[in-house]
Amino acid sequence: MTAIERHSFDVVVIGAGGAGLRAAVEARAAGLRTAIICKSLFGKAHTVMAEGGIAAAMGNVNSKDNWQVHFRDTMRGGKFLNNFRMAELHAKEAPDRVWELETWGALFDRTKEGKISQRNFGGHEYPRLAHVGDRTGLELIRTMQQAIVSLQQKDAAEFGDAEARIKVFAETTITEIIKDGDRAAGAFGYVRETGNLILFEAPAIVIAAGGIGKSFKVTSNSWEGTGDGHALALKAGSKLVDMEFVQFHPTGMVWPPSVRGILVTESVRGDGGVLRNSEGRRFMFDYIPEVFKEKYAQSEEEGDRWYADPDNNRRPPELLPRDEVARAINSEVKAGRGSPHGGVFLDVSTRLAPDVIKKKLPSMWHQFKELADVDITTQAMEVGPTCHYVMGGILVDPDTGAAAGVPGLFAAGESAGGMHGSNRLGGNSLSDLLVFGRRAGAGAVAYFQSLGGNVPKVTDASITTASDHALAPLRNPGGENPYTIQADLQQVTNDLVGIIRTKSELEESLGKLKGFRARLANITCPGGSAFNSGWHLALDLENMLLVSDCIAHAALIREESRGGHTREDFPKMSAEWRKVNLVAHVENGEVVVEKQALPEMREELLNLFDVEELAKYMTSEELTRHSKGANA
Amino acid sequence: MGMLMSGTITTPGRAKIAARHLRTDKWWVQPLITVAVLVSFIIYSTWRAFENAHYFVEPYISPFYSPCLATSCVEGASGFGQPFGSWWVLSPSLLILVFPLGFRMTCYYYRKAYYRAFWQSPPACAVAEPHKTYTGETRQPLILQNAHRWFFYAGLIFNVILSYDAILAFKNAEGQWGHMQVGTLVLLANATFLWLYSLSCHTCRHTIGGRLKHFSKHPVRYKLWTKISELNHHHPKFAWISLIGVALADFYIRSVSTGFITDLTIF
Amino acid sequence: MTRTAKFRVWRGDANDGALKDYNIEVNEGEVVLDVIHRLQATQTPDLAVRWNCKAGKCGSCSAEINGRPRLMCMTRMNTFTDEETITVTPLRAFPVIRDLVTDVSFNYKKALEVPAFSGPANLKPGEYRMEQIDVERSQEFRKCIECFLCQDTCHVIRDHEENKEAFAGPRFFIRLAELDMHPLDTLDRKRAAQEKHGLGMCNITKCCTEVCPEHIRITDNAIIPMKERVVDVKYDPARWLGSKIRRREGL
Repeated sequence: MTAIERHSFDVVVIGAGGAGLRAAVEARAAGLRTAIICKSLFGKAHTVMAEGGIAAAMGNVNSKDNWQVHFRDTMRGGKFLNNFRMAELHAKEAPDRVWELETWGALFDRTKEGKISQRNFGGHEYPRLAHVGDRTGLELIRTMQQAIVSLQQKDAAEFGDAEARIKVFAETTITEIIKDGDRAAGAFGYVRETGNLILFEAPAIVIAAGGIGKSFKVTSNSWEGTGDGHALALKAGSKLVDMEFVQFHPTGMVWPPSVRGILVTESVRGDGGVLRNSEGRRFMFDYIPEVFKEKYAQSEEEGDRWYADPDNNRRPPELLPRDEVARAINSEVKAGRGSPHGGVFLDVSTRLAPDVIKKKLPSMWHQFKELADVDITTQAMEVGPTCHYVMGGILVDPDTGAAAGVPGLFAAGESAGGMHGSNRLGGNSLSDLLVFGRRAGAGAVAYFQSLGGNVPKVTDASITTASDHALAPLRNPGGENPYTIQADLQQVTNDLVGIIRTKSELEESLGKLKGFRARLANITCPGGSAFNSGWHLALDLENMLLVSDCIAHAALIREESRGGHTREDFPKMSAEWRKVNLVAHVENGEVVVEKQALPEMREELLNLFDVEELAKYMTSEELTRHSKGANA
Repeated sequence: MGMLMSGTITTPGRAKIAARHLRTDKWWVQPLITVAVLVSFIIYSTWRAFENAHYFVEPYISPFYSPCLATSCVEGASGFGQPFGSWWVLSPSLLILVFPLGFRMTCYYYRKAYYRAFWQSPPACAVAEPHKTYTGETRQPLILQNAHRWFFYAGLIFNVILSYDAILAFKNAEGQWGHMQVGTLVLLANATFLWLYSLSCHTCRHTIGGRLKHFSKHPVRYKLWTKISELNHHHPKFAWISLIGVALADFYIRSVSTGFITDLTIF
Repeated sequence: MTRTAKFRVWRGDANDGALKDYNIEVNEGEVVLDVIHRLQATQTPDLAVRWNCKAGKCGSCSAEINGRPRLMCMTRMNTFTDEETITVTPLRAFPVIRDLVTDVSFNYKKALEVPAFSGPANLKPGEYRMEQIDVERSQEFRKCIECFLCQDTCHVIRDHEENKEAFAGPRFFIRLAELDMHPLDTLDRKRAAQEKHGLGMCNITKCCTEVCPEHIRITDNAIIPMKERVVDVKYDPARWLGSKIRRREGL
């Protein structure tokens, strides 16, 4: 057997995006020896891709903004399925998390008074997103990276060793959480560079491993988004919540193939971009749902006037919520009216002068010019829905980030579920990372301190199991190529568990997904273990399959349409279904999804909403109870 | 030059690639042009500096000889006096050329150009240089590049003088004001290019505002800094134009002085 | 519009390696990274390549294409002729791990040597006030995606391994400039830039600026301004004289 590198830490953080790094800062601040495990190089996490900003009710631009308003917006965005406590904590603590970034060297764009500037964004009532141009995610990840470095500099000064209390393990992938009884005891994985196996013994483990986008064919996620965190928790005996809710951004690039899935920012539509099908028709006018009829323009002429005079005209239907636009594009393509490469046309060139486009949308102009060789001042873009974000994730305690069912396991960021309900608002993910990254870090610290000397142990048997499992694809000659399996898996999720779902297709998907298990067991990865991308993919595939399974199961059970879950056979939102979370766990190797009652919002939080608004989401029984409570 | 095996691009542990570079484009064209132009200029200017003749013809003085500060200067050429007196027996050009020469030698743009073209350090990006060791500008004599700002200040004085010379060119050959010849335009253009070169310089940009920590506390300097910054984008261009310009101005005056061409009158 | 392209890819590790030839399908609108991925999926499943976002935002897929340091995801195939052989090698300034993947830990070591931002002690979080025009210069440098192409192309270390000890490289000169120009940073970065981080070794030949995929004007906006700031504190005779006089008073 290959020698296994062993390390021992107080806290191990899996994932080096915004949430993981914030958790690590918290653990190290408490004086604990902390490891950060990074699937890529340090500072490359998917957090860098965030563009728009970080939502925090600082009230710098509009002083009427406060946490209550932010809370309300978040709950509306999630269609009231959010874990209310998470939404509450998030709204209350986001400003502090942004301000502390400044003390670590972040340089946000400024207001005239020299405060952090804030911009408008879909679903946010007031200008709320702190930003740096359109590269806010990069600013966040770099700032956190530098905060870690500054802690290491302090340790270097104090102990003569920069890594005395916080160490980054770059390009290291965790394949298994190892337990001692019920409790987490360590994390097992491999180092990409050498292929060496590595064991981290640690009583407290924070999972902040990001999203699952790679389970889908067209995604804005990088190769890392294979649902590792979700799968690790599930395999360790924890639970996932809300997995049926996957956010598809309506406008991802579809052509050329090199950029397939990459986001085309919402502001392209906000600034006058129109959507047309292959017949040249502005098809969005055909897709205005009944509930929005009064709020959107009914003719192209009126829609056109809105850009110049928004007070006296209604907005064009290109600006309907993300899920509506994504569904409309999907329908057009399915009806055979798509663009040559399976999207629709998004055009700004017919409405705006070239210099105006370059001034208003500089990064989009560059993105298309440099990546795609398309000049958006003269050509239409081809766009289509792209898998962007998963609302579902590890079921956690809102205050501490403790993962359900496994003492010592914590989760934060996209790996954790509940915060965003059925649909996430733009800008709420970066703040989510920091608020709950910090809380999960603090949760891990408190847990570690509560252990006293009673630390869980990693047994040799569990190491052998984990390493045999990890090495299997390298030891199996004559099997299948992992790249082919990945492509096939993505095709299944794309076709059957994608943006529009129906019972028959979901059932079909479950059957097909089952078929992949045998294929995964027979993967072959030629070459050695050192930086062998095929081997890495083979191990990631297991996670992608498990996550896809959870999504398909939950999607089949939830018989309504809400946020990031659309059922063609149940197109309406149901107040009964709002009372229920779907929670997945693994039993004897099979995914089991069960209903669980949604935590009920506290009375004072309910009172932040008008009863008329609550009536859109809640059952009459709930409303009666609420009004009684309010009167009492 | 150009020998392989030199630098440590083949350091053990790095990817074993024997080639000094794998570039497929014509990376050597740019340094070649730099060498050609600079060598031509050096030959021409050296010859002219030692020639000690044909640098003054009413109302023009060649930029290579202005100000003309020795007793040996031809009559009428010493508008700024002759403080060096008669002990200076060499060409009066040599008294002053050190300043513009120093300004250009220490210029951040020319440094790039000649380090690449002459010293091949590196000849082009990702093309290995032929030297075994490299210490950059950390030791003598290259540490003197840090004196750029002092040459910049001196250069400004020369710009004033050459601008004054251009104003004098609004005289005619008889010394009457209010006229203009082709030579007037030549000297005006020369002075303009020299100003553009000096003002677009990195040291100028630093002095005007670059050294400030808080632009917001110095609105005027900030405004100037933004303007200088725009000019600074074109600094390489101005460096070449002004270099060729000063040689052409000198050549024009020499040609008029020797009677090779006639200075056409405009008005 | 599918065609077959000739690729020459460096395969090997720290001990040995060579350029290997491949014929591989290329479709319209693809970039070099797409072709490398196709190689992986169809011909060389264990080809080692580092990449993440594939959108020019993370700076992972740095390599050298036809001898020039570039991001593979930002190099479109239509910039080459159909007949051209496209040579892809790992970064040549850093130790190779395998195939196109290099050990860039040098850069992380250097990052640790630059003292972090140090804000004013009397301001609490939320009390920072900075004008937009005062943060803009530093914001340019914070666009850096840490692809390390500037470090790779810099001849100071590319051609002279022995300089790695004393030389931080362009990426960290822009970091120093960012901090020195930060309106609220309280440390003086100038002397250290010259004495600890090797700013004087840079001979401003601008290759860093040429390769920067973010178009950061590294030389003009960071390195030269820092060199000028160093002159302010180290090579300005007026200041030097002032410091001599002060020292004498101290005696």
